[in-house]
Amino acid sequence: MALNCVVCVKQVPDTKRITGEAMTEEGTVNRRALPAIFNPEDLNALETALTLRAEHGGTVTVVTMGLPSACEVLRDALVRGADRAILITDRRAAASDTLATSYILSCAVKKLEADIVLCGRQAIDGDTAQVGPQLAEKLSLPVISYVEELVGISDGKITAKRNVGNGWEVVTCTLPALLTVMETANTPRPPAARRVMKFKKARAKSEVEAMAADLLEGDYENYTAELKATEVEKYCANLADRGLLIEQWDLDDLEADLTWCGRSGSPTKVHRIQSVVLTGGEYREFAATDDGIAELIGELIHDHTVG
Amino acid sequence: MIEVNRQGEVWIFAEQEDGKLSDVPLELMSKGRELADKLSVPLAAVLLAADGGDMPAALIAQGADKVYVVIDERLGHYQAAGYGHVLCSLIEQHTPQIFLYGATPIGRDLAPTVASAMKCGLTADCTDLQIGDHKPAGSDEVHKNLLLQIRPAFGGNIIATIVNFDRWPQMATVREGVMPLGEPDTARSGEIVECAANLDGVQLPLEIIESHRREKAVNLKASRIIVAGGAGVGSKDNFQLIWDLAHCLGAAVGGSRAAIDLGFVDHDHQIGQTGTTVRPALYIACGISGAVQHAAGMSEAGKILAINTDADAPIMGLAHFGIVGDLNVVIPKMIKIIRSGAGVEQAAQQVADA
Repeated sequence: MALNCVVCVKQVPDTKRITGEAMTEEGTVNRRALPAIFNPEDLNALETALTLRAEHGGTVTVVTMGLPSACEVLRDALVRGADRAILITDRRAAASDTLATSYILSCAVKKLEADIVLCGRQAIDGDTAQVGPQLAEKLSLPVISYVEELVGISDGKITAKRNVGNGWEVVTCTLPALLTVMETANTPRPPAARRVMKFKKARAKSEVEAMAADLLEGDYENYTAELKATEVEKYCANLADRGLLIEQWDLDDLEADLTWCGRSGSPTKVHRIQSVVLTGGEYREFAATDDGIAELIGELIHDHTVG
Repeated sequence: MIEVNRQGEVWIFAEQEDGKLSDVPLELMSKGRELADKLSVPLAAVLLAADGGDMPAALIAQGADKVYVVIDERLGHYQAAGYGHVLCSLIEQHTPQIFLYGATPIGRDLAPTVASAMKCGLTADCTDLQIGDHKPAGSDEVHKNLLLQIRPAFGGNIIATIVNFDRWPQMATVREGVMPLGEPDTARSGEIVECAANLDGVQLPLEIIESHRREKAVNLKASRIIVAGGAGVGSKDNFQLIWDLAHCLGAAVGGSRAAIDLGFVDHDHQIGQTGTTVRPALYIACGISGAVQHAAGMSEAGKILAINTDADAPIMGLAHFGIVGDLNVVIPKMIKIIRSGAGVEQAAQQVADA
């Protein structure tokens, strides 16, 4: 049975590389000062889909929601082997929390007729792990979260080993289903050189628009808006012919109810943001000598911390 | 979604497996008590199981005024569909204003399922909870006595406080180990409310083929002293130094994420944002630089001793005591001095001097 896999991915700031420069004085994070990367566990979700396609046939569609710059992760997914890439971008989706995000993604997945929906267990910017289970609830799909190992698929049933904190369990359910995948599940394959060359030219329509002046021939500056639009369409059609068009959907394409998108669809609001200031109590340094260490141990025994 | 209400109870999901309560709901009870008292509403635990056993009594002893008990064979083993269905009907029936879950893999699977079905807000991995007022930017309306949901974000580099003022209940998952476990009081009395599961006709899609639970190899949360090693320890063989120092202090052994990733010590020993959160009386950090992710799991220790070759390592900013030096030299010296009792003499001398 050929499987249609939909993989939800996210472009995230590389929070592991946050340095002082990336923090503003108000304690907020200057996202622009951080490299944007493919959320690590989403790569494991993609790898799971690619492995399933190799075994069972079918397709791998990658979906992301974000700014047009998030096309970077979609190109990466194409290079790694995805068949189709979709960018959901819409100003009205800005400020979506996990509830609104899962609603918008559910509208997209509904249009894709997925047998399996795969997400990374969590993204490293929010670390919430919420969008996967919320998306499953919205799609009325069974969810297997925290997948440590995909055991396999047979007779229309998927079996996976999931982490439950103080142990693991092996669970099975009938497809379609949604899985959230942990980094331990597999090792994402490196990009294939041949595909790198091909897919580095893949673009979404908004990217084409942004770079139209460079891409299009002729006296672009003097084009009418109508002519510009026609040229953009033509360029996109050409990309599509070559399998290089990243599809772009907005909330209207998704027929999403705007009440449940963006700010109005997001019950959680930020009350305050503070930077983490690491401060200890009074600091005393002891010499790394016998005397210094004996003094320290004496101190700890004296105040009953030790002994 | 339920309407904002001021009489709603504070609820805690009493996660259990095989009739044994997890640590985190018990830890959450003292914080829940504080929040409920501030709001002058009851604190309730919600227990779903195949058999209640003595769990309701344990929850009352830990501070619950009420325990909603739902007993059904089909609830013996967790799965999102069944548990989510039961919790949503309880929420609609009893309209709690706050609902807290442990940020365990099960809590982090269940809470989003409930939040999605109820269309309410949810904040993950809180490290603190308070009651306070919120005034939205550009609005004159002040929302009083909201749950302030405090959590690290961006890999622990910032602390965000989240509120949810319109679509209730206000829900949050809370990290294990961040709330101190209160003393149980078996003399407390509380009400046990038995509720029906009403699971007939509800599809439970997951079939559990195999389940394996184990106790962690080390109980870091209960240890008074922890000796922890980081990448600076250098090798798995050299990590023996950490074990040796721990043995002579009667301490537990911890490790930073780097030490775990490098295979120096098993994952059960990991301390930090993705590991265990600890609050021992003494924390000895050896060769640990002190990244915020690590600090998130140990900064509440009573006393922190850092041993590091780098005087400028972030851990020194957290530490109460520091030794700048090579741990390969310092730790053997410490062991020798502790074993010889020289420190005891030093302490006696200090008492005499004072």
